[in-house]
Amino acid sequence: MKNKAFAVLAALGCLLFASTAFADQPFEWQKGLQPPATSIMEEIRWFEQYTLWFIVPVTLLVLVLLVIVVVKFREGANPVPSKTSHNTAIEIVWTLGPVVALLFLAVPSFQLLNKQLAPTEEPELTIKATGFQWYWGYEYQVGDSPLSFDSLLLQDGDRASAGKEDKSVYPRLLAVDNELVVPVGKHVRLLVTAADVIHAYAMPSFGIKIDAVPGRLNETWFKADREGLFYGQCSELCGKDHAFMPIAIRVVSQEKYDTWLAAAATNVGEANKALMASVDGADKSVNVAQNAAQ
Amino acid sequence: MAGTSAAHGDHHDHHEHKPLTFFQRWFLSTNHKDIGTLYLIFAICAGIIGGTLSVVMRMELQEPGIQIFHGLASMVYGFEGDAAIDGGKHMFNVFTTAHALIMIFFMVMPALIGGFANWMVPIMIGAPDMAFPRMNNISFWLIIPAFLLVLLSMFVEGPAGGYGAGGGWTIYPPFSTSGQPGPAMDFVILGLHIAGASSILGAINFITTILNMRAPGMTLHKMPLFAWSVLITAFLLLLSLPVLAGGITMLLTDRNFGTAFFAPENGGDPILFQHLFWFFGHPEVYILILPGFGIVSHIVSTFSRKPIFGYLGMAYAMVAIGAVGFIVWAHHMYTVGMSLDTQRYFVFATMVIAVPTGIKIFSWIATMWGGSIRFTTPMVWAIGFIFLFTVGGVTGVQLANAGLDRALHDTYYVVAHFHYVLSLGAVFAIFAAWYYWFPKMTGYMYSEFLGKLHFWVMFVGVNLVFFPQHFLGLAGMPRRYIDYPDAFAGWNAVSSYGSYISAFGVVIFLFCVFEAFAKKRVAGDNPWGEGANTLEWQLSSPPPFHQWEQLPKIK
Repeated sequence: MKNKAFAVLAALGCLLFASTAFADQPFEWQKGLQPPATSIMEEIRWFEQYTLWFIVPVTLLVLVLLVIVVVKFREGANPVPSKTSHNTAIEIVWTLGPVVALLFLAVPSFQLLNKQLAPTEEPELTIKATGFQWYWGYEYQVGDSPLSFDSLLLQDGDRASAGKEDKSVYPRLLAVDNELVVPVGKHVRLLVTAADVIHAYAMPSFGIKIDAVPGRLNETWFKADREGLFYGQCSELCGKDHAFMPIAIRVVSQEKYDTWLAAAATNVGEANKALMASVDGADKSVNVAQNAAQ
Repeated sequence: MAGTSAAHGDHHDHHEHKPLTFFQRWFLSTNHKDIGTLYLIFAICAGIIGGTLSVVMRMELQEPGIQIFHGLASMVYGFEGDAAIDGGKHMFNVFTTAHALIMIFFMVMPALIGGFANWMVPIMIGAPDMAFPRMNNISFWLIIPAFLLVLLSMFVEGPAGGYGAGGGWTIYPPFSTSGQPGPAMDFVILGLHIAGASSILGAINFITTILNMRAPGMTLHKMPLFAWSVLITAFLLLLSLPVLAGGITMLLTDRNFGTAFFAPENGGDPILFQHLFWFFGHPEVYILILPGFGIVSHIVSTFSRKPIFGYLGMAYAMVAIGAVGFIVWAHHMYTVGMSLDTQRYFVFATMVIAVPTGIKIFSWIATMWGGSIRFTTPMVWAIGFIFLFTVGGVTGVQLANAGLDRALHDTYYVVAHFHYVLSLGAVFAIFAAWYYWFPKMTGYMYSEFLGKLHFWVMFVGVNLVFFPQHFLGLAGMPRRYIDYPDAFAGWNAVSSYGSYISAFGVVIFLFCVFEAFAKKRVAGDNPWGEGANTLEWQLSSPPPFHQWEQLPKIK
């Protein structure tokens, strides 16, 4: 009995764990930005909260003033209107007030922009992502033989053979056949382009979004500070399957990345399966607890 | 002639002519009021079509998965099986594109500029008509074929296996060139050309009328704010539309005549089009909202029985918004890969716009402050406008920051933002103007009960549609998606229910119009009392066919 209760608790616990561990995708009734996996996204989230400290009070101020006006200056309460049509002092206040508020917004805004566009570190790994109608192609610029593969929406029929049947980890419209695999804590430079029409490469929890434009090589970067599986979606209208070309990035330890890279040179599919097995292996406690609960 | 007509008053409008036949009056019209009426009828029709498109999209998005567009595609285009799914997916994009184009070019602009400005600006400045009455006529009759071309585009081939132009109203190449080789995009481009020509002719007409035909004594600094707003809008149209025309002409030659302005494989640059488009596109959003600013000023002043607070500040705030509006266009393009310095500049310039906009909001409230406010239907729409426009405005301040926009660009957050300023801003201003001037234009009084019911149903509806879209955008849901990950289902359902409520609001609106014409309650020359002191309230309701045959004198 006690054991059973413990198993249920453990199962609940790991469900909870699962929902936080795999929170790098949107969740039901979400009201805010996705949890950060890079310092840039952390700052974006901070800045978003910071702007709320300006815009919510301004909106409430307007609302309160309107309520006051509606209550106090309705015809019944104030039958004789005033004739005031000027007040230079207050006009100066409501011109300069917003200017000061905007300066308070601008300073951290420019700092954030600076961090995004002028990274101080040298990239440790460069990956090129190419948008196609309607999937992404990746090219790793490593060693003598660059590794390249395509990343397509995971079809329902392929879930079983890919071992991706768990929709909480591999959600509909977000899961792909071959994820982009990168090492944790490394500065990754991402070169983004497109082969046909404009697409946009977006990864919400990394705080990156950059258009993939034919004939252009755009550059962005990220440095994931934790391991996990992260999801994004194409963010520039590109045709009928615009909603069906997701982006998935798997962040793993350097060793796992090295092993995967070596294996992927010959067979990407097998390398991904081996990587999934080793990632799942690390979470074996979770599986055991779930089995015990069943 | 002037003397006799003044002596006979308003009731002998065409005493020297035979009465006009129906065809002459409505098809060959050179009268600014008749053309204004035609524009309003056109805008209502286009608004119903554009609104229906949006409700169908919301029906599709109510639940995850593809529910109705494959069926719609097989019904309309005769696709079957997988082709229906693919055709349906493209059809959704066609709907988003057509909804935007119709609402912008064929609903808001014709209603505010062609409709209310045509009707009221000549009257308000004491002019007998527009400066170029025949040009006014051609402006209206150009917009009809333009609209038909955009509607027809939905039924001709776009990309392989799909009908209609589905590139969004921004029609970015290469998706609008090599991406959709069929003639649908050419229909849209030609439609935009014609609609643009119509607007440019209208703009020339308004600028000439306002600068040259004001009544004696009406200096620019005594001119009603609605006339100010239309003058600024007309300049924005005149300066921005030719850039759009150039851009889409280059698109047209890229598509059909082998040029490569935007084709990277031949040395062109797709981003060039985005710069050209948004050099027009950003002023365009101010074109949509500025006349609303003018209208709200009059309504707030009328029903507070107080003069407009800070009149000159209000006028020059609009001038400032119009001027700065021309140098902020690339804030729509923060993710295209612009340099750090360029992004810094556009962040800074964009934030500046918040200052004159703030002046307007606070001046409206100050106009009401100390007033003796009557909550008639136009007034509640105007107050609703002020609050909802503020909500849309402050999210605009957030999006101005390129660093934060990185997370929100092309998500539903942007959709929520621009619908708060346009759908809940400009459209609320249109309804406010409708109820404000309806008694003047028709001579009949609408039902206060129905007008207020319309307001409250619409207010609840549109807020339910668009407020949850902020959450979807923050959570990362991209725009223009026919299907979304299941996690987005909750807020999408709420948003869809809101759109049904809003659609019901439109039905109430139409019934309210019908009821007013059926009941024929006589409104009187000035139903709004002493607060309504612009010139239109000195005329009969409806005004005579030709007004101000003896020009009013302005003190």
